[in-house]
Amino acid sequence: MIEALQMEFMRHALLAGLLVSLVCGVIGTLVVVNRIVFLAGGIAHAAYGGIGLAIFLGWPFLAGTLGVALAAAAAMAAVTLRARHRADAVVGVIWAVGMAAGVVLIDLTPGYRSDLMSYLFGSILAVPAAELAEMAAVAALVVAVVAAGYPGFLAMSYDPEFARIRGVPVAALYVLMLALIAASVVIVIRVVGLILVIALLTIPPFIAESFSGSLRGMMVRASALSALFTVSGLLLSYALDLTSGATIILVAAAGFGGALLWRRLFPGRPVQAG
Amino acid sequence: MEPEPQSPETVIEVRGLGFSFDGHPVLEEVNLRVRRGDFLVLIGPNGGGKTTLLKLILGLLPPGRGEIVVLGTSPRRAARRVGYVPQNVHVNRSFPISVHDVVRLGSLGAGGRFFRRSPTAEAAVRAAMEEMGVWELRRKRIGQLSGGQLQRVFIARALVSRPEILLLDEAMASIDAQGRAEFYDLLAELNRSATIVAVTHDTMMLSPRVKSVACVNRRLHHHDAGEITPELLEAAYRCPVDLVAHGIPHRVFEMHRED
Repeated sequence: MIEALQMEFMRHALLAGLLVSLVCGVIGTLVVVNRIVFLAGGIAHAAYGGIGLAIFLGWPFLAGTLGVALAAAAAMAAVTLRARHRADAVVGVIWAVGMAAGVVLIDLTPGYRSDLMSYLFGSILAVPAAELAEMAAVAALVVAVVAAGYPGFLAMSYDPEFARIRGVPVAALYVLMLALIAASVVIVIRVVGLILVIALLTIPPFIAESFSGSLRGMMVRASALSALFTVSGLLLSYALDLTSGATIILVAAAGFGGALLWRRLFPGRPVQAG
Repeated sequence: MEPEPQSPETVIEVRGLGFSFDGHPVLEEVNLRVRRGDFLVLIGPNGGGKTTLLKLILGLLPPGRGEIVVLGTSPRRAARRVGYVPQNVHVNRSFPISVHDVVRLGSLGAGGRFFRRSPTAEAAVRAAMEEMGVWELRRKRIGQLSGGQLQRVFIARALVSRPEILLLDEAMASIDAQGRAEFYDLLAELNRSATIVAVTHDTMMLSPRVKSVACVNRRLHHHDAGEITPELLEAAYRCPVDLVAHGIPHRVFEMHRED
Protein backbone atom coordinates (compact mmCIF):
# COMPACT_ATOMS: atom_id res chain seq x y z
CA MET A 1 0.00 0.00 0.00
CA ILE A 2 2.87 2.36 0.81
CA GLU A 3 4.45 1.88 -2.61
CA ALA A 4 1.15 2.97 -4.13
CA LEU A 5 1.62 6.42 -2.62
CA GLN A 6 5.06 6.73 -4.15
CA MET A 7 3.56 6.82 -7.61
CA GLU A 8 2.65 10.24 -8.88
CA PHE A 9 -0.66 9.17 -10.44
CA MET A 10 -1.71 7.74 -7.09
CA ARG A 11 -0.87 10.93 -5.25
CA HIS A 12 -2.84 12.88 -7.85
CA ALA A 13 -5.73 10.46 -7.47
CA LEU A 14 -5.80 10.87 -3.69
CA LEU A 15 -5.66 14.65 -3.98
CA ALA A 16 -8.47 14.60 -6.56
CA GLY A 17 -10.47 12.33 -4.28
CA LEU A 18 -10.07 14.70 -1.33
CA LEU A 19 -11.08 17.74 -3.41
CA VAL A 20 -14.14 15.91 -4.66
CA SER A 21 -15.01 14.84 -1.10
CA LEU A 22 -14.94 18.43 0.10
CA VAL A 23 -17.25 19.50 -2.72
CA CYS A 24 -19.58 16.52 -2.33
CA GLY A 25 -19.93 17.10 1.40
CA VAL A 26 -20.86 20.75 0.98
CA ILE A 27 -22.96 20.65 -2.20
CA GLY A 28 -24.38 17.18 -1.57
CA THR A 29 -25.73 18.47 1.76
CA LEU A 30 -27.60 21.25 -0.05
CA VAL A 31 -28.87 18.75 -2.64
CA VAL A 32 -30.15 16.36 0.03
CA VAL A 33 -31.83 18.87 2.36
CA ASN A 34 -33.45 20.69 -0.57
CA ARG A 35 -34.63 17.34 -1.98
CA ILE A 36 -33.32 18.06 -5.46
CA VAL A 37 -31.43 14.81 -6.09
CA PHE A 38 -33.35 14.30 -9.35
CA LEU A 39 -32.51 17.82 -10.48
CA ALA A 40 -28.82 17.26 -9.70
CA GLY A 41 -29.02 14.06 -11.76
CA GLY A 42 -30.47 16.06 -14.63
CA ILE A 43 -27.60 18.55 -14.48
CA ALA A 44 -25.08 15.70 -14.41
CA HIS A 45 -26.53 14.01 -17.49
CA ALA A 46 -26.80 17.31 -19.33
CA ALA A 47 -23.10 17.76 -18.51
CA TYR A 48 -22.49 14.60 -20.53
CA GLY A 49 -23.73 16.55 -23.55
CA GLY A 50 -21.06 19.07 -22.65
CA ILE A 51 -18.42 16.35 -22.64
CA GLY A 52 -19.54 15.33 -26.13
CA LEU A 53 -19.48 18.95 -27.27
CA ALA A 54 -16.00 19.48 -25.84
CA ILE A 55 -14.69 16.39 -27.63
CA PHE A 56 -16.47 17.26 -30.90
CA LEU A 57 -15.17 20.84 -30.97
CA GLY A 58 -11.80 19.97 -29.52
CA TRP A 59 -12.33 22.19 -26.48
CA PRO A 60 -10.82 21.49 -23.08
CA PHE A 61 -12.96 19.19 -20.94
CA LEU A 62 -13.72 21.73 -18.21
CA ALA A 63 -14.79 24.58 -20.51
CA GLY A 64 -17.28 22.60 -22.59
CA THR A 65 -18.69 20.56 -19.75
CA LEU A 66 -19.01 23.43 -17.30
CA GLY A 67 -20.65 25.63 -19.93
CA VAL A 68 -23.31 23.09 -20.81
CA ALA A 69 -23.91 22.10 -17.18
CA LEU A 70 -24.41 25.76 -16.23
CA ALA A 71 -26.81 26.28 -19.15
CA ALA A 72 -28.81 23.22 -18.07
CA ALA A 73 -28.85 24.47 -14.48
CA ALA A 74 -30.13 27.86 -15.64
CA ALA A 75 -32.90 26.23 -17.69
CA MET A 76 -33.93 24.06 -14.73
CA ALA A 77 -33.88 27.02 -12.38
CA ALA A 78 -36.18 28.96 -14.72
CA VAL A 79 -38.64 26.08 -14.99
CA THR A 80 -38.60 25.28 -11.28
CA LEU A 81 -39.19 28.89 -10.26
CA ARG A 82 -41.94 29.55 -12.84
CA ALA A 83 -43.83 26.27 -13.06
CA ARG A 84 -42.84 24.04 -10.17
CA HIS A 85 -45.42 21.36 -10.98
CA ARG A 86 -43.93 20.87 -14.48
CA ALA A 87 -40.35 20.85 -13.27
CA ASP A 88 -39.75 17.11 -12.92
CA ALA A 89 -40.93 16.38 -16.46
CA VAL A 90 -38.69 19.12 -17.90
CA VAL A 91 -35.73 17.89 -15.85
CA GLY A 92 -36.35 14.42 -17.28
CA VAL A 93 -36.25 15.79 -20.84
CA ILE A 94 -33.02 17.75 -20.23
CA TRP A 95 -31.55 14.64 -18.58
CA ALA A 96 -32.25 12.44 -21.64
CA VAL A 97 -31.38 15.01 -24.30
CA GLY A 98 -28.06 15.86 -22.63
CA MET A 99 -27.06 12.21 -22.47
CA ALA A 100 -28.15 11.48 -26.06
CA ALA A 101 -26.46 14.60 -27.44
CA GLY A 102 -23.22 13.56 -25.74
CA VAL A 103 -23.29 10.09 -27.29
CA VAL A 104 -24.14 11.39 -30.79
CA LEU A 105 -21.51 14.15 -30.65
CA ILE A 106 -18.87 11.56 -29.77
CA ASP A 107 -20.14 9.39 -32.68
CA LEU A 108 -19.74 12.35 -35.01
CA THR A 109 -16.20 13.11 -33.91
CA PRO A 110 -13.94 11.84 -36.72
CA GLY A 111 -11.58 9.08 -35.71
CA TYR A 112 -12.49 9.34 -32.05
CA ARG A 113 -12.00 6.03 -30.29
CA SER A 114 -14.75 6.31 -27.77
CA ASP A 115 -13.56 6.94 -24.28
CA LEU A 116 -17.12 6.61 -23.11
CA MET A 117 -16.32 4.36 -20.16
CA SER A 118 -13.95 6.83 -18.58
CA TYR A 119 -16.68 9.47 -18.39
CA LEU A 120 -19.31 7.03 -17.25
CA PHE A 121 -17.22 5.56 -14.44
CA GLY A 122 -14.56 8.20 -13.98
CA SER A 123 -10.81 8.17 -14.40
CA ILE A 124 -9.44 9.18 -11.04
CA LEU A 125 -6.15 7.42 -11.82
CA ALA A 126 -5.54 9.59 -14.87
CA VAL A 127 -5.95 13.11 -13.53
CA PRO A 128 -3.12 15.29 -14.86
CA ALA A 129 -1.55 17.99 -12.67
CA ALA A 130 -3.07 20.81 -14.73
CA GLU A 131 -6.56 19.42 -14.26
CA LEU A 132 -5.91 18.98 -10.56
CA ALA A 133 -5.28 22.73 -10.34
CA GLU A 134 -8.56 23.43 -12.16
CA MET A 135 -10.40 21.13 -9.79
CA ALA A 136 -8.85 22.83 -6.78
CA ALA A 137 -9.92 26.22 -8.12
CA VAL A 138 -13.52 25.06 -8.68
CA ALA A 139 -13.65 23.39 -5.25
CA ALA A 140 -12.29 26.50 -3.53
CA LEU A 141 -14.81 28.69 -5.33
CA VAL A 142 -17.75 26.42 -4.45
CA VAL A 143 -16.80 26.20 -0.78
CA ALA A 144 -16.12 29.96 -0.53
CA VAL A 145 -19.49 30.88 -2.08
CA VAL A 146 -21.39 28.52 0.22
CA ALA A 147 -19.49 29.80 3.28
CA ALA A 148 -20.16 33.43 2.35
CA GLY A 149 -23.86 32.83 1.71
CA TYR A 150 -24.33 30.26 4.49
CA PRO A 151 -27.09 32.04 6.44
CA GLY A 152 -29.06 32.62 3.25
CA PHE A 153 -28.62 29.02 2.10
CA LEU A 154 -29.68 27.80 5.53
CA ALA A 155 -32.80 30.00 5.55
CA MET A 156 -33.74 29.05 1.99
CA SER A 157 -33.22 25.33 2.58
CA TYR A 158 -35.11 25.18 5.86
CA ASP A 159 -38.06 27.47 5.16
CA PRO A 160 -38.01 29.34 1.83
CA GLU A 161 -41.35 31.00 2.45
CA PHE A 162 -40.32 32.52 5.75
CA ALA A 163 -36.95 33.51 4.25
CA ARG A 164 -38.76 35.42 1.49
CA ILE A 165 -40.88 37.27 4.02
CA ARG A 166 -37.70 38.33 5.83
CA GLY A 167 -36.31 39.74 2.60
CA VAL A 168 -33.84 36.95 1.76
CA PRO A 169 -33.30 36.80 -2.05
CA VAL A 170 -34.52 33.21 -2.23
CA ALA A 171 -34.87 32.98 -6.01
CA ALA A 172 -31.34 34.31 -6.59
CA LEU A 173 -29.93 31.91 -3.98
CA TYR A 174 -31.73 29.02 -5.64
CA VAL A 175 -30.23 29.86 -9.04
CA LEU A 176 -26.82 30.23 -7.40
CA MET A 177 -27.21 26.86 -5.71
CA LEU A 178 -27.98 25.15 -9.04
CA ALA A 179 -24.93 26.83 -10.61
CA LEU A 180 -22.77 25.52 -7.74
CA ILE A 181 -24.22 22.06 -8.28
CA ALA A 182 -23.32 22.30 -11.99
CA ALA A 183 -19.74 23.29 -11.20
CA SER A 184 -19.42 20.53 -8.61
CA VAL A 185 -20.89 17.85 -10.82
CA VAL A 186 -18.35 18.61 -13.54
CA ILE A 187 -15.36 17.96 -11.29
CA VAL A 188 -16.96 15.00 -9.54
CA ILE A 189 -17.65 13.33 -12.91
CA ARG A 190 -13.89 13.40 -13.49
CA VAL A 191 -13.34 11.19 -10.46
CA VAL A 192 -16.25 8.80 -10.19
CA GLY A 193 -17.98 9.36 -13.53
CA LEU A 194 -21.47 10.30 -14.58
CA ILE A 195 -23.20 7.15 -13.36
CA LEU A 196 -21.81 7.48 -9.86
CA VAL A 197 -21.81 11.24 -9.31
CA ILE A 198 -25.27 11.15 -7.76
CA ALA A 199 -24.24 8.40 -5.34
CA LEU A 200 -21.32 10.44 -4.05
CA LEU A 201 -23.48 13.58 -3.82
CA THR A 202 -26.19 11.82 -1.81
CA ILE A 203 -24.82 8.90 0.23
CA PRO A 204 -22.37 10.80 2.51
CA PRO A 205 -24.80 13.68 3.26
CA PHE A 206 -27.64 11.25 3.82
CA ILE A 207 -25.59 9.36 6.40
CA ALA A 208 -24.39 12.62 7.95
CA GLU A 209 -27.89 14.11 8.25
CA SER A 210 -29.08 11.92 11.10
CA PHE A 211 -25.86 12.46 13.07
CA SER A 212 -25.72 16.25 12.69
CA GLY A 213 -27.35 19.02 14.68
CA SER A 214 -26.75 21.77 12.14
CA LEU A 215 -26.41 22.20 8.39
CA ARG A 216 -22.77 23.20 8.84
CA GLY A 217 -22.13 20.07 10.92
CA MET A 218 -23.79 17.98 8.23
CA MET A 219 -21.48 19.47 5.57
CA VAL A 220 -18.37 18.76 7.66
CA ARG A 221 -19.41 15.19 8.48
CA ALA A 222 -20.46 14.49 4.88
CA SER A 223 -17.09 15.74 3.60
CA ALA A 224 -15.24 13.57 6.11
CA LEU A 225 -17.30 10.50 5.23
CA SER A 226 -16.84 11.18 1.54
CA ALA A 227 -13.06 11.41 2.04
CA LEU A 228 -13.10 8.15 3.98
CA PHE A 229 -15.04 6.36 1.22
CA THR A 230 -12.98 7.86 -1.61
CA VAL A 231 -9.56 7.13 -0.12
CA SER A 232 -10.40 3.64 1.14
CA GLY A 233 -12.20 2.82 -2.12
CA LEU A 234 -9.21 4.00 -4.09
CA LEU A 235 -6.72 1.95 -2.09
CA LEU A 236 -9.00 -1.07 -2.21
CA SER A 237 -9.40 -0.80 -5.98
CA TYR A 238 -5.59 -0.60 -6.30
CA ALA A 239 -5.04 -3.63 -4.07
CA LEU A 240 -7.72 -5.74 -5.75
CA ASP A 241 -7.25 -4.34 -9.27
CA LEU A 242 -10.85 -3.14 -9.61
CA THR A 243 -12.42 -0.12 -11.34
CA SER A 244 -11.78 2.72 -8.90
CA GLY A 245 -15.01 4.73 -9.31
CA ALA A 246 -17.24 1.69 -8.83
CA THR A 247 -15.18 0.50 -5.85
CA ILE A 248 -15.51 3.92 -4.19
CA ILE A 249 -19.27 3.79 -4.55
CA LEU A 250 -19.49 0.24 -3.17
CA VAL A 251 -17.46 1.32 -0.15
CA ALA A 252 -19.86 4.26 0.28
CA ALA A 253 -22.82 1.90 -0.01
CA ALA A 254 -21.27 -0.33 2.68
CA GLY A 255 -20.91 2.76 4.88
CA PHE A 256 -24.55 3.58 4.22
CA GLY A 257 -25.61 0.10 5.30
CA GLY A 258 -23.42 0.38 8.37
CA ALA A 259 -25.01 3.71 9.31
CA LEU A 260 -28.51 2.28 8.95
CA LEU A 261 -27.51 -0.63 11.17
CA TRP A 262 -26.03 1.78 13.73
CA ARG A 263 -29.26 3.78 13.85
CA ARG A 264 -31.21 0.56 14.27
CA LEU A 265 -28.99 -0.65 17.13
CA PHE A 266 -28.80 2.71 18.90
CA PRO A 267 -32.08 4.45 18.10
CA GLY A 268 -33.06 7.82 19.46
CA ARG A 269 -29.61 8.84 20.60
CA PRO A 270 -29.94 12.56 21.12
CA VAL A 271 -28.05 14.59 18.56
CA GLN A 272 -26.15 17.54 19.94
CA ALA A 273 -26.14 20.84 18.11
CA GLY A 274 -23.09 21.40 15.97
CA MET B 1 -63.85 56.33 3.18
CA GLU B 2 -61.88 58.33 5.74
CA PRO B 3 -61.35 56.69 9.12
CA GLU B 4 -63.19 58.32 11.97
CA PRO B 5 -60.95 60.48 14.14
CA GLN B 6 -61.40 58.28 17.21
CA SER B 7 -60.84 54.90 15.60
CA PRO B 8 -57.34 53.41 15.40
CA GLU B 9 -55.51 53.49 12.09
CA THR B 10 -56.01 50.82 9.48
CA VAL B 11 -53.07 48.39 9.29
CA ILE B 12 -54.43 46.04 6.62
CA GLU B 13 -56.70 47.24 3.84
CA VAL B 14 -57.94 44.80 1.20
CA ARG B 15 -60.08 46.17 -1.62
CA GLY B 16 -61.81 44.18 -4.36
CA LEU B 17 -59.28 41.38 -4.07
CA GLY B 18 -59.53 38.48 -6.49
CA PHE B 19 -57.15 35.55 -6.84
CA SER B 20 -57.29 32.51 -9.09
CA PHE B 21 -55.12 29.43 -9.11
CA ASP B 22 -54.91 27.61 -12.46
CA GLY B 23 -58.08 29.33 -13.60
CA HIS B 24 -60.04 28.37 -10.49
CA PRO B 25 -61.18 31.33 -8.42
CA VAL B 26 -59.89 31.02 -4.86
CA LEU B 27 -60.90 34.47 -3.68
CA GLU B 28 -63.42 36.88 -5.19
CA GLU B 29 -64.29 40.48 -4.33
CA VAL B 30 -62.71 40.31 -0.89
CA ASN B 31 -62.81 43.51 1.12
CA LEU B 32 -61.27 43.66 4.55
CA ARG B 33 -60.10 46.39 6.88
CA VAL B 34 -58.08 45.53 9.97
CA ARG B 35 -57.41 48.26 12.51
CA ARG B 36 -54.40 48.48 14.78
CA GLY B 37 -54.85 46.46 17.94
CA ASP B 38 -57.50 44.17 16.50
CA PHE B 39 -57.58 40.43 17.23
CA LEU B 40 -59.26 39.09 14.12
CA VAL B 41 -60.00 35.45 13.53
CA LEU B 42 -60.60 34.30 9.97
CA ILE B 43 -62.73 31.19 9.89
CA GLY B 44 -63.93 29.10 6.99
CA PRO B 45 -63.72 25.59 5.62
CA ASN B 46 -60.56 23.98 4.33
CA GLY B 47 -59.90 25.13 0.79
CA GLY B 48 -61.90 28.28 1.40
CA GLY B 49 -58.96 30.58 0.69
CA LYS B 50 -57.89 31.55 4.22
CA THR B 51 -54.25 30.58 3.78
CA THR B 52 -54.21 32.17 0.33
CA LEU B 53 -55.50 35.42 1.83
CA LEU B 54 -52.70 35.37 4.43
CA LYS B 55 -50.08 34.72 1.74
CA LEU B 56 -51.46 37.62 -0.31
CA ILE B 57 -51.25 39.89 2.74
CA LEU B 58 -47.63 38.74 3.22
CA GLY B 59 -46.78 39.45 -0.41
CA LEU B 60 -45.89 35.81 -1.09
CA LEU B 61 -48.49 35.76 -3.88
CA PRO B 62 -49.36 38.60 -6.26
CA PRO B 63 -53.05 39.61 -6.22
CA GLY B 64 -54.91 38.77 -9.42
CA ARG B 65 -57.29 41.68 -9.03
CA GLY B 66 -57.80 44.43 -6.50
CA GLU B 67 -55.46 46.03 -4.03
CA ILE B 68 -53.82 45.23 -0.71
CA VAL B 69 -52.26 47.88 1.51
CA VAL B 70 -50.35 46.74 4.60
CA LEU B 71 -49.00 49.31 7.06
CA GLY B 72 -49.48 51.98 4.42
CA THR B 73 -47.39 50.26 1.78
CA SER B 74 -47.26 47.19 -0.46
CA PRO B 75 -47.38 43.74 1.17
CA ARG B 76 -43.85 42.93 0.00
CA ARG B 77 -42.41 46.07 1.54
CA ALA B 78 -44.38 45.65 4.74
CA ALA B 79 -43.51 41.95 5.11
CA ARG B 80 -40.53 42.55 7.39
CA ARG B 81 -42.79 44.35 9.86
CA VAL B 82 -45.22 41.44 9.88
CA GLY B 83 -44.70 38.26 11.89
CA TYR B 84 -45.83 35.02 10.28
CA VAL B 85 -46.48 31.67 11.92
CA PRO B 86 -47.03 29.16 9.12
CA GLN B 87 -49.62 26.42 9.09
CA ASN B 88 -47.45 23.42 8.55
CA VAL B 89 -44.84 23.38 11.28
CA HIS B 90 -44.25 19.69 10.76
CA VAL B 91 -42.52 19.90 7.38
CA ASN B 92 -38.78 19.47 7.34
CA ARG B 93 -38.61 17.89 10.78
CA SER B 94 -35.60 15.81 9.80
CA PHE B 95 -33.69 18.98 8.91
CA PRO B 96 -30.45 19.29 10.90
CA ILE B 97 -31.12 22.56 12.69
CA SER B 98 -31.26 23.49 16.35
CA VAL B 99 -34.22 25.23 17.96
CA HIS B 100 -31.96 28.22 18.59
CA ASP B 101 -31.06 28.53 14.90
CA VAL B 102 -34.71 28.27 13.83
CA VAL B 103 -35.59 31.25 16.01
CA ARG B 104 -32.48 33.09 14.76
CA LEU B 105 -34.01 32.98 11.27
CA GLY B 106 -36.49 35.51 12.67
CA SER B 107 -33.73 38.12 12.83
CA LEU B 108 -32.91 37.75 9.12
CA GLY B 109 -32.90 41.03 7.28
CA ALA B 110 -33.19 43.05 10.48
CA GLY B 111 -32.03 46.64 10.09
CA GLY B 112 -31.35 46.11 6.41
CA ARG B 113 -28.42 43.85 7.26
CA PHE B 114 -28.55 40.28 6.15
CA PHE B 115 -28.25 37.89 9.09
CA ARG B 116 -25.41 39.41 11.01
CA ARG B 117 -25.16 37.91 14.45
CA SER B 118 -25.09 41.16 16.38
CA PRO B 119 -25.48 41.28 20.18
CA THR B 120 -28.75 43.18 19.68
CA ALA B 121 -30.15 40.48 17.40
CA GLU B 122 -29.03 37.72 19.78
CA ALA B 123 -30.70 39.53 22.68
CA ALA B 124 -33.93 39.84 20.67
CA VAL B 125 -33.79 36.11 19.87
CA ARG B 126 -33.31 35.24 23.54
CA ALA B 127 -36.08 37.59 24.67
CA ALA B 128 -38.56 36.07 22.20
CA MET B 129 -37.59 32.55 23.26
CA GLU B 130 -37.95 33.34 26.95
CA GLU B 131 -41.29 35.00 26.32
CA MET B 132 -42.54 31.82 24.65
CA GLY B 133 -40.91 29.56 27.26
CA VAL B 134 -38.66 27.77 24.77
CA TRP B 135 -35.23 29.09 25.80
CA GLU B 136 -34.49 25.85 27.66
CA LEU B 137 -35.11 23.91 24.44
CA ARG B 138 -32.58 25.88 22.39
CA ARG B 139 -29.98 23.11 22.08
CA LYS B 140 -32.48 20.51 20.93
CA ARG B 141 -32.78 19.54 17.32
CA ILE B 142 -36.06 20.78 15.82
CA GLY B 143 -37.33 17.25 15.14
CA GLN B 144 -37.20 16.38 18.84
CA LEU B 145 -39.96 18.81 19.83
CA SER B 146 -43.64 18.06 20.37
CA GLY B 147 -46.31 19.80 18.29
CA GLY B 148 -47.08 22.32 21.02
CA GLN B 149 -43.40 23.11 21.59
CA LEU B 150 -42.88 23.55 17.85
CA GLN B 151 -45.77 25.98 17.70
CA ARG B 152 -44.19 28.08 20.45
CA VAL B 153 -40.83 28.02 18.69
CA PHE B 154 -42.40 29.28 15.47
CA ILE B 155 -44.23 32.04 17.31
CA ALA B 156 -40.94 33.01 18.99
CA ARG B 157 -39.34 33.16 15.52
CA ALA B 158 -42.11 35.51 14.38
CA LEU B 159 -41.70 37.69 17.52
CA VAL B 160 -37.95 38.29 17.16
CA SER B 161 -38.47 41.27 14.86
CA ARG B 162 -41.18 42.71 17.16
CA PRO B 163 -43.80 42.74 14.37
CA GLU B 164 -46.64 45.23 14.29
CA ILE B 165 -48.94 42.57 12.86
CA LEU B 166 -48.87 38.88 13.74
CA LEU B 167 -50.41 36.45 11.24
CA LEU B 168 -51.07 32.91 12.46
CA ASP B 169 -52.20 30.11 10.17
CA GLU B 170 -53.99 27.27 12.00
CA ALA B 171 -51.83 27.97 15.02
CA MET B 172 -54.13 26.04 17.34
CA ALA B 173 -54.10 22.86 15.25
CA SER B 174 -51.28 21.14 17.13
CA ILE B 175 -52.36 22.24 20.60
CA ASP B 176 -54.66 20.05 22.67
CA ALA B 177 -57.98 21.33 23.99
CA GLN B 178 -56.53 21.98 27.42
CA GLY B 179 -53.71 24.08 26.05
CA ARG B 180 -55.99 26.23 23.94
CA ALA B 181 -57.34 28.49 26.67
CA GLU B 182 -53.78 29.09 27.80
CA PHE B 183 -52.76 29.70 24.19
CA TYR B 184 -55.49 32.32 23.79
CA ASP B 185 -54.31 34.04 26.96
CA LEU B 186 -50.87 34.15 25.41
CA LEU B 187 -52.21 35.61 22.16
CA ALA B 188 -54.19 38.17 24.15
CA GLU B 189 -50.94 39.14 25.85
CA LEU B 190 -49.20 39.50 22.47
CA ASN B 191 -52.21 41.44 21.24
CA ARG B 192 -51.26 44.29 23.61
CA SER B 193 -48.39 45.19 21.30
CA ALA B 194 -49.38 43.66 17.95
CA THR B 195 -52.44 43.39 15.77
CA ILE B 196 -53.32 39.72 15.42
CA VAL B 197 -54.93 37.96 12.48
CA ALA B 198 -55.39 34.22 13.10
CA VAL B 199 -56.78 31.69 10.66
CA THR B 200 -58.64 28.54 11.64
CA HIS B 201 -60.98 26.07 9.97
CA ASP B 202 -62.46 25.10 13.31
CA THR B 203 -65.20 27.39 14.58
CA MET B 204 -64.82 25.81 18.00
CA MET B 205 -61.50 27.60 18.23
CA LEU B 206 -63.08 30.94 19.00
CA SER B 207 -62.53 32.50 22.38
CA PRO B 208 -63.76 35.60 24.18
CA ARG B 209 -60.23 36.96 23.63
CA VAL B 210 -61.11 37.43 19.97
CA LYS B 211 -62.23 40.94 19.03
CA SER B 212 -63.66 40.33 15.57
CA VAL B 213 -64.37 37.49 13.21
CA ALA B 214 -64.47 37.13 9.45
CA CYS B 215 -65.53 34.16 7.37
CA VAL B 216 -63.55 33.37 4.27
CA ASN B 217 -64.95 31.11 1.64
CA ARG B 218 -64.05 32.58 -1.69
CA ARG B 219 -65.81 35.71 -0.44
CA LEU B 220 -65.30 37.32 2.92
CA HIS B 221 -67.88 38.23 5.52
CA HIS B 222 -66.61 40.47 8.24
CA HIS B 223 -68.25 40.79 11.62
CA ASP B 224 -66.66 43.80 13.18
CA ALA B 225 -67.40 44.59 16.76
CA GLY B 226 -65.68 46.62 19.43
CA GLU B 227 -66.64 44.23 22.19
CA ILE B 228 -67.36 40.56 22.50
CA THR B 229 -71.03 39.80 22.74
CA PRO B 230 -72.93 36.54 22.53
CA GLU B 231 -74.57 38.02 19.44
CA LEU B 232 -71.20 38.39 17.74
CA LEU B 233 -70.20 34.82 18.47
CA GLU B 234 -73.56 33.58 17.35
CA ALA B 235 -73.33 35.62 14.19
CA ALA B 236 -69.87 34.23 13.60
CA TYR B 237 -70.94 30.65 13.95
CA ARG B 238 -73.90 31.15 11.71
CA CYS B 239 -71.77 32.87 9.16
CA PRO B 240 -72.93 32.07 5.64
CA VAL B 241 -70.36 29.90 3.97
CA ASP B 242 -70.06 28.90 0.35
CA LEU B 243 -69.21 25.24 0.46
CA VAL B 244 -66.75 23.89 -2.06
CA ALA B 245 -69.51 21.83 -3.71
CA HIS B 246 -70.75 23.48 -6.86
CA GLY B 247 -74.42 24.24 -7.30
CA ILE B 248 -74.98 24.94 -3.62
CA PRO B 249 -74.11 28.62 -3.50
CA HIS B 250 -74.99 29.26 0.13
CA ARG B 251 -74.94 26.82 2.96
CA VAL B 252 -74.94 27.63 6.60
CA PHE B 253 -72.67 26.15 9.23
CA GLU B 254 -74.41 24.25 11.97
CA MET B 255 -74.74 26.39 15.03
CA HIS B 256 -72.11 25.58 17.62
CA ARG B 257 -71.75 26.86 21.10
CA GLU B 258 -68.79 26.95 23.39
CA ASP B 259 -69.38 25.39 26.79
